[in-house]
Amino acid sequence: MILIAIITLGGIGIISSGLLYLASRKFEVYENPLIAQVQEILPAANCGGCGYPGCAGFADACVNAPSLEDLLCPVGGAAVMSRVAGILGKDTAGADPKIAVVRCNGNCEARPHVNQYDGAGNCAIASSLYGGETGCSYGCLGYGDCAAACTFGAIIINSSTGLPEVIEDKCTSCGACVKACPKNIIELRKKGPKSRRIFVSCVNRDKGGVARKSCSNACIGCNKCEKECKFEAITITDNLAYISSQKCRLCRKCTAVCPTNAIHELNFAPRKETSLEDSPKTDEKTNQKNI
Amino acid sequence: MENKLIISPSPHIHGGDSISKNMYGVLIALVPVFLVSLYYFGLGALIVTAVSVLSCVLFEYLIQRFVLKKEPSVGDGSAILTGVLLAFNLPSNLPVWIIIIGSLAAIGIGKMSFGGLGNNIFNPALAGRVFLLISFPAQMTTWPLPGKLPMDYIDSVTGATTLSMINEGVARLPSFADMLLGNMGGSLGEVSAAALLLGFAYLLVRRIITWHIPVAIIVTVFALTGIMYLIDPLSYADPVVHLLSGGLLLGAIFMATDYVTSPMSRDGMIVYGVGIGLLTSVIRLFGSYPEGVSFAILIMNALTPIINTYFKPKHFGGR
Amino acid sequence: MLKTFRIGGIHPPGNKLSAGKKITSIPVPRQVIIPLGQHIGAPAQAVVKKGDQVKAGTLLGESGGFVSANIHSSVSGKVNKIDNAVDASGYKRPAIYIDAEGDEWEDTIDRSETLVRECSISSQEIIDKIAQAGIVGLGGATFPTQVKLTPPAGLRPEILIINGVECEPYLTSDHSLMIEKGEQVLTGVTILMKAISVDKAVIGIENNKPDAIIHLKDLAKRYTGIEITPLKVQYPQGGEKQLIDAVVRRQVKSGALPISVGAVVHNVGTAYAVYEAVQKNKPLIERVVTVTGKGVANPSNFMVRIGTPVRDLIEAAGGMSENTGKIIGGGPMMGKALTSADIPVTKGSSGILVFSKEESLRKPVHNCIRCAKCVQVCPMGLNPTLLMNATEFANWELAEKNYIVDCIECGSCSFTCPACRPLLDYIRSGKGKVMGIIRARKS
Repeated sequence: MILIAIITLGGIGIISSGLLYLASRKFEVYENPLIAQVQEILPAANCGGCGYPGCAGFADACVNAPSLEDLLCPVGGAAVMSRVAGILGKDTAGADPKIAVVRCNGNCEARPHVNQYDGAGNCAIASSLYGGETGCSYGCLGYGDCAAACTFGAIIINSSTGLPEVIEDKCTSCGACVKACPKNIIELRKKGPKSRRIFVSCVNRDKGGVARKSCSNACIGCNKCEKECKFEAITITDNLAYISSQKCRLCRKCTAVCPTNAIHELNFAPRKETSLEDSPKTDEKTNQKNI
Repeated sequence: MENKLIISPSPHIHGGDSISKNMYGVLIALVPVFLVSLYYFGLGALIVTAVSVLSCVLFEYLIQRFVLKKEPSVGDGSAILTGVLLAFNLPSNLPVWIIIIGSLAAIGIGKMSFGGLGNNIFNPALAGRVFLLISFPAQMTTWPLPGKLPMDYIDSVTGATTLSMINEGVARLPSFADMLLGNMGGSLGEVSAAALLLGFAYLLVRRIITWHIPVAIIVTVFALTGIMYLIDPLSYADPVVHLLSGGLLLGAIFMATDYVTSPMSRDGMIVYGVGIGLLTSVIRLFGSYPEGVSFAILIMNALTPIINTYFKPKHFGGR
Repeated sequence: MLKTFRIGGIHPPGNKLSAGKKITSIPVPRQVIIPLGQHIGAPAQAVVKKGDQVKAGTLLGESGGFVSANIHSSVSGKVNKIDNAVDASGYKRPAIYIDAEGDEWEDTIDRSETLVRECSISSQEIIDKIAQAGIVGLGGATFPTQVKLTPPAGLRPEILIINGVECEPYLTSDHSLMIEKGEQVLTGVTILMKAISVDKAVIGIENNKPDAIIHLKDLAKRYTGIEITPLKVQYPQGGEKQLIDAVVRRQVKSGALPISVGAVVHNVGTAYAVYEAVQKNKPLIERVVTVTGKGVANPSNFMVRIGTPVRDLIEAAGGMSENTGKIIGGGPMMGKALTSADIPVTKGSSGILVFSKEESLRKPVHNCIRCAKCVQVCPMGLNPTLLMNATEFANWELAEKNYIVDCIECGSCSFTCPACRPLLDYIRSGKGKVMGIIRARKS
């Protein structure tokens, strides 16, 4: 009785282990062990900000690419990339850290509502229907597709302005909000020294008068900033100014001349109201050092 | 600008149907059933139904308000319906405290733990009933005998149901007329086939449900029990007895057709109905439980997602 | 048993307030705004410039591609400017502004009321004339008519189906055309039959227009090959695929054109426009527009010049009340809410519907209770609630596998949903997204 049980169980065990061994040999998939090592280092957010399907895909790309120049994990940033480079023995490019900026400042006061939207609260749906509740058909709709797309909780709709705000500490510049915004309002810009940056917070391409009528904070394409800029960082196309983050030296002169306050500067020391002429110069000096 | 024009995507009109209209529609369809149970089970029927409805509504309100922290939606009638259906699946002499536990199981476990109306996998009322059946088998399987507006509640005279008579091999069953009217032992809402069919007609006329699920269940049970009856009429009961007794009609018309837990396409509904009929017949004919409708529906509830995956609506122009 | 389509369908209240009202003309507006893109496809290229003198019927814009249409002036006067104007799409798009002076027409246009039945030109000449006149599908889809009349190589049309269904609630423009211009419509149908070389045409009319059915049946005796088919009232019977199914019992497969089952479908309004273009040399510069809704005092059917601001039409129908909540271009099921009353009437405007504030707002949205009513009413046999969820969670693969691109955007699902879920809002958005993905994969 006992013997039969032992033989049966033992037999089943031996046969199964044999089958398992054969199966594992037959269906074995070789994976470069480096991929797993790289994946260990990556943040495992699987945000897709690098352009690859998740961290595993990015790790695979890192291992197989000849150099790491075009590869950046926006979440981990330079620190993570240098560790990846260390494992793989490859060079890493010193990519500038980036951050999302919202290029619309048409808050509720600046942009009076002319229509009332009553559909599903979703920017993609609203934008396929019409230009927006205000006269400006370029600006933010405020239904928060960007906030919904952000997996880090780094972008939220401010209920008083109706516009999205980026929380700098949380933003990993993964670009999910940029893809989510149907109006292409959000841009990934160079984070800048001490997180200081200057950008045109408007994407309205209407003629000046039309733009101004629909929003008092709109860029009207008046060219004042372009003339003021000594570094040729500002270009105007279709009645809209754009500041190149590569060329901008953060001198803050354009901000001062903008008649509609469409140019925004972030994280600068407050300007001295009395000596408008002097302050940009001093700023320029300090910023030169920073760069 | 004169005033702000409203902008929304088409369509700009709505048919006026609403969740509460459907829920109250089902409740109206249950009125005849309730009247019959009042007649036969008297005070007990009234107490069980009232306690069940009140505790279901209360639990739904409390859970939505304090646990899920969202706007309570007890006004939509779905908690009332769960309460009524739960009561209709209970014997009329069940103590109040057991009913309250059943309501908590139905609303708390069956419905709210999944996220509330629309997200539950199992029919909440049946989840509550089966919970009680397993926890309190003695109380749940002693049914009071029907009377004429009896005024006793806990201490009513009890007896067997038709199905348990069959299961135990009792030869003398109630007449067809008694089964049709409901003059037999059983849960509150399952006794009168006539009242249930009246409710079915109302649901069909108001287009609250389609015929597919109930008909599929009834036909399947009739066919299977019929085959067994033809093979061996001495051991198996007449298929008509199977249709008219137990919770089959109540289950087929009111429980299996629950929107949330039944399939969406016509083909899927038929498959689901046939499945319930099959399981019910198997449990009744060969299982140790005399009644199998609740289990059959719950099992098919669990299979609904997979039925939805494989039985898609008929596509225009074919695949 | 009356014929109808076989899958899904709903029965919204008809509300044909303007039924039986005679078609009346409204005065020529002081300024018209004529968008260059009034049709599906590439916008027309402007051929006039600021300051040019034009007459009614003068070519303003030339067809900008294979799928495109000519645009003509609807008034005589001076081109004020070519600028962007908000149109029914809700966005600013190029349009030609013309200040009206007098009402002078191009000499080639025959403005008399006399009926010309004989048409002796060849089928190619007919198609050319239709293209010249800038005719597009007037049922609302605005697909250029000449393209529909040129079937792809290898496919031969067998039957012409004329859409006289007008299944949208409120609208009566096609109904009034069939009653008042029956002879012209039938002549137009004959011309279309000649253009695609078929000897059979069926005009499908819903049974809620018995006067039109009787009238056209009577007239059709004098025309060969035209049959009038009464149809059971059911929305969306005016959908091309649904109409073909109802009339000839053939279902067009997913992704295929109606010609694949041998059918070509045109609207009654298009047939009338074809008559005017071919027999009277008149380009498409005016059309019948129903102005209706509980928000206007006198619901009416107007003959309107293209480019007339909607405000003028509402004034002519008794003015806009203080309580106006919504102005819809088209019918209540598929029309677009307009952002202002200054938007011009275009070729595709079959109606202007004015809703009070109370009628305009949607009801609060609840959880889906999986009642499957949307599945039961979907005329394409889709699962709307599944498609909405797929869109909401950006699961494009699931959406594509469940035929989201077959959605005809009829709105039956949203109309029916007891939980008032914005099903079509999401499905429409998801459909656009999936179509983009499919296009990207092909290229």
